[in-house]
Amino acid sequence: MLGAFEGETVTRRRFVTGGALAAGGVATAAIGLPALGFALGPIFEKTTHNPWQDVGPESDFNPTSYVPRVITLVPEVGEAGKTTIYVRKATPDDKSPSDKGKTPLPYVAISTRCAHLGCPVRFVQAAQRFICPCHGGVYDKFGKVVGGPPVRPLDRFYTRVEGNRVQIGPRFSVNSKLERFHPRDPSNHIDGLWKYLYPSRPTT
Amino acid sequence: MKLPTPPGLRRKPARPGSQPPKNGNRINGGAAATKKELKQAQRAKLKEQALEVPISMLGWLDERTGSTPFLRAFLFRKIPKGTNWYYTLGSATLFAFVNQAVTGVFLAMFYTPSATQAYTSTRHLTNDVWLGAFVRGMHKWGATVMVVLVFLHMGRVFFFGAYKYPRELNWIIGVVLLILTMAMAFTGYLLPFDQRSFWATVVGVNINASGPILGPYLADFLRGGSEFGATTLSRFYAIHMLLIPGLIAALIGAHLYLVAKLGTTAPPWLKAEKARELAEEEI
Repeated sequence: MLGAFEGETVTRRRFVTGGALAAGGVATAAIGLPALGFALGPIFEKTTHNPWQDVGPESDFNPTSYVPRVITLVPEVGEAGKTTIYVRKATPDDKSPSDKGKTPLPYVAISTRCAHLGCPVRFVQAAQRFICPCHGGVYDKFGKVVGGPPVRPLDRFYTRVEGNRVQIGPRFSVNSKLERFHPRDPSNHIDGLWKYLYPSRPTT
Repeated sequence: MKLPTPPGLRRKPARPGSQPPKNGNRINGGAAATKKELKQAQRAKLKEQALEVPISMLGWLDERTGSTPFLRAFLFRKIPKGTNWYYTLGSATLFAFVNQAVTGVFLAMFYTPSATQAYTSTRHLTNDVWLGAFVRGMHKWGATVMVVLVFLHMGRVFFFGAYKYPRELNWIIGVVLLILTMAMAFTGYLLPFDQRSFWATVVGVNINASGPILGPYLADFLRGGSEFGATTLSRFYAIHMLLIPGLIAALIGAHLYLVAKLGTTAPPWLKAEKARELAEEEI
């Protein structure tokens, strides 16, 4: 081989060049990979931690009208981490296909995060509708879409009763039959074939 | 090795009579100079030396960097006939970017990227800091101006056909710069952390989440989790003031290099002048 001593399969120059490039690559990876992992880590980490929160005694709530309550979703960020939910006692109408073989949730706790793009909805008593101020999403009193752009009903929270106190647990999403799903982001469909385009994520 | 000084920086030879005569060869046989004459001579010498300082400094730099040919080629390029005011839109965009960078640095001196303090620190720098409202206004309105200028510049390049061969790569770099500018606008909008910027960002992140399969992961990346939390604001801040500005500055460098290397195009309404021999041949 040209430029190589007898019996050599690679020239000295080629070997040293390759060695220098490899060393540079190792050094770059040693810096780059941890940095990238650091930035991307939160995608693969469960970040919702929602211990059960007390929202008052059972006598505060009834089956016919919603009572607004403020719960904390993210503890460290002050007002920005709080959200309003609407709570009422569950009725036989609130049966979900996901309840099969389990005791149904004792209370209905509806999230005010619009299923379109996440603006805060409010419940209008006279119309018995949840209405979103941003892009005109409208939901009935079960949180099902009756108008506007939202792609699925309003999210809900698990509820339980501990010693006569109503407690609110983690969030879940529901499809149009009120089947329960892992929480999805607003704008993510979970009906029919659509749900395969918006799978459940490791963070929730 | 000493390089020859470029002609523009060379010292002009002294005019006859402009230099004070040296003591040794006086015309009238070495009669003692008066005090006044000596003083004048000294003053003239000092003035000459002072005038030489900037030239010799430039010469010193040039000798060590060789920047004169580069700067001459970069700043005194030939441009085609018909070049008009529309060709300044790119420079205007660059100026807007520099404005954003400078005002942004000064805003960062007063801003606290924490969910509990961002709003109060913004209010403090707007209302209490001397000229704070003005500098913040420059940054806020400058952002809008930059986005508008980017689009005008893009429109100029498109309608003048300046994206065609051999300038396609520069168009591609320009599109990346456009996307980065939009990302700057998006990440910067959250930072005042008032109601408007908070909910606008919630909506913006959820628009990202609406993309199939990868969308929800992108939203998780932007928020640093599934909920809009403590890390979201710091993420946006870091992306806004560290990650993207560096990328934009580097790509502007590449963009300008290609402009200088390839030159600009004539407006499409000007036909290229034919070489005289060709024109005669046609007749």
